[in-house]
Amino acid sequence: MSNRWWKVLAAATVVVSAAACGGGGSGSDGGPVTLTYAIWDKDQQPAMEKIAQEYTKAHPNVTVKVQLTANKEYWTKLQTAVTGGSAPDVFWMNGPRIGLYAAQGVLQPLDEQISAAGADTAAYPKSLVDLYTFEGKKYGLPKDYDTIGLWYNKTLFDAAGVKHPDATWTWDDLKAAAAKLTDPAKGQYGIAAPADSQANYYNTIFQAGGTVISDDGKKSGFGDPATIEGLKFWVDLIKAGSSPTVQQMSDTEPTQLFSSGKVAMYYGGSWEANGFAKNADLTGKVDVAPLPKGKKQAVVIHGLANVAYAKSKNPEEAADFAVFASGKQAQRIQAEAGAVISAYQGTQDTWVKAHPQFNLQAFIDQVPNSVPLPRSKNTSAWTKHAEDLLLKAWTGEKDVADAAKELAKAVDEELGKEK
Amino acid sequence: MTTLEEVPVAAPQRAVAGRPARKRLRRREWLWGFAFIAPNGLGLLAFYIWPVFQTLYYSFTEWGAFGGHTWIGAENYVKLVSDPEVSGALKNTLLYAALVLLGVPISLVLAALINTPGLRGAAVYRVLYFLPVVTMPAAVGMVWRWLYNGDIGLINHVLSLVGIEGHHWVADPRFALYATAVVGIWMTVGYNMVIFAAGLKGIPKDLYEAAELDGAGPVRQFFSITLPMLSPTAFFVTVLTSIGALQVFDVIYLMLGSNSAALRNPAIDENQTIVFLFFERAFVDNDKGYAAAIAFVLLLVILLLTIVQFRAQKRWVHYA
Repeated sequence: MSNRWWKVLAAATVVVSAAACGGGGSGSDGGPVTLTYAIWDKDQQPAMEKIAQEYTKAHPNVTVKVQLTANKEYWTKLQTAVTGGSAPDVFWMNGPRIGLYAAQGVLQPLDEQISAAGADTAAYPKSLVDLYTFEGKKYGLPKDYDTIGLWYNKTLFDAAGVKHPDATWTWDDLKAAAAKLTDPAKGQYGIAAPADSQANYYNTIFQAGGTVISDDGKKSGFGDPATIEGLKFWVDLIKAGSSPTVQQMSDTEPTQLFSSGKVAMYYGGSWEANGFAKNADLTGKVDVAPLPKGKKQAVVIHGLANVAYAKSKNPEEAADFAVFASGKQAQRIQAEAGAVISAYQGTQDTWVKAHPQFNLQAFIDQVPNSVPLPRSKNTSAWTKHAEDLLLKAWTGEKDVADAAKELAKAVDEELGKEK
Repeated sequence: MTTLEEVPVAAPQRAVAGRPARKRLRRREWLWGFAFIAPNGLGLLAFYIWPVFQTLYYSFTEWGAFGGHTWIGAENYVKLVSDPEVSGALKNTLLYAALVLLGVPISLVLAALINTPGLRGAAVYRVLYFLPVVTMPAAVGMVWRWLYNGDIGLINHVLSLVGIEGHHWVADPRFALYATAVVGIWMTVGYNMVIFAAGLKGIPKDLYEAAELDGAGPVRQFFSITLPMLSPTAFFVTVLTSIGALQVFDVIYLMLGSNSAALRNPAIDENQTIVFLFFERAFVDNDKGYAAAIAFVLLLVILLLTIVQFRAQKRWVHYA
């Protein structure tokens, strides 16, 4: 009897493992292929799904599944998946991470596919193409770019009798307006001043004439007095009571505070346009202006790329889709959806027109003054220290200058490890 | 076929010298025994015991960004001993466990109340108290985070009605761990209550009748009969609750973790527990070797505390 059971068990095992293999699919021979495309922005998901469908129209044997992971878990999950050898076939990549991923052989060079698809790299901003070029090979084509703008609540401005922000605004104008727009009785604040690098303090550091990382990537600029000036800008706003405290912004995200009319001004990326446009509470209430200038005008610019996983089961299809998703047709779909500024030449206007209720041109107009998002080979190794130490300056636990100098030392140490 | 009755039990010398048939029988019995524990045993071996040794090995290695490791000897442990984050997290973990253990007497009282003879709707109460145990921690964390919100939270709203100004409970380093422990208690009280209730049901009624004849009141009965008879249950509950609390991660991650990608909770550094620190090192910083060393320290701490509890039980646990 036991013999028979073993046979049944063995047969069942074979069936199950055969089924498991069948699900994986082995492509390249024109058979059905399923690719996974990992992204982190739910506002862009519809556009990405449309791009995936367009690709299937041209390649009927390939299905692309869009996989959304919240931004705060995206890199943790991706790095773990890569370590386990099962990362998505195609995924979004950013500037701070490309160095690590390209250097460690996680990504496929796309040069072949780029020339096979006849994609014109000159149609993308050169700085972005360079951002994703590592040791002479292109690991990703730019998907989009973003700058930061001053989003503001017109209704709150009008109620407080404050003139709307425009391109002539300086730091002082902003500080004065923030103070006027603050009303403790209503729980209303002039501005949100979170310790966010890309949307907040990097911009003011550059406006003050400071630096984050030296041009050769070997030294930190956090100890520089101009840099400290750029950091103090935000801490002063909290100290003056014009911004909610760090604790308040930890309980309720700044975007939420802005969306619910508790905060009148908010430094946010061009990627916020879709979310604000879809929010019914904000209809007719919100607009955007260029960032106020400090010693000079400056804004952080950054852009994502689509990259292909080197150990994908279907490497050719993955690379081909990665190039397609950054190509002209895909970028037009993305711009029309108003999701984000497409990187491809001539698609920017389409994005600006997608949300005519906002002055989106402000984001494009700032590009000539833009500074690339600071990065090195292993960016997250030192941004981790920035998050820790600057948070202590933001809460008032540490003096800004002391925290910045301590940070400069820690960053220098991490940069030294990069060889 | 042979049956179990034929197996010699009290004659070892016969078995040793015994006939080959009996020897074979013995072996078959062993094999069957192993076959029966195999499903559980193999799982335990593959998913618990083997990983323990693997973790021990990894704690002596350094990891690359995407896997691959090199032996570095005791370096991780040397770093760990002088790492203020580890000692801080250890302290927080012990404090958290101590706080959550306060839930054990609460669940005993609840069990006694629910066991009150003639209580109407006992089943409803049982379900209500047990509900948090079967609710997803993710949902629990989210809802409690709202309740604790300093500006729009229900708790502060209620406090303001009686004229008390609330705090940012989960963003203020002074309160965050206590606020989380309240949720930890709330989530475990139901389970412990059910175990206690079962223990109460197991106490023979005649003990109480005898005590009543001897003139003992309800309080005397509780301390002289219920408590000693329940002490094995209490021991079980205490051991399990403290192990669970020492390994706490979910509520810490959900309530004290970052709300958005860019912003850290200002309370997390001073309130993180050891498993949270392990997670950050292993999966955020990708320092898996160091994380393995942290995990091993936790294993030792739990082992030590459990041994202490088992030793101490001789003084207070009565096995009837």
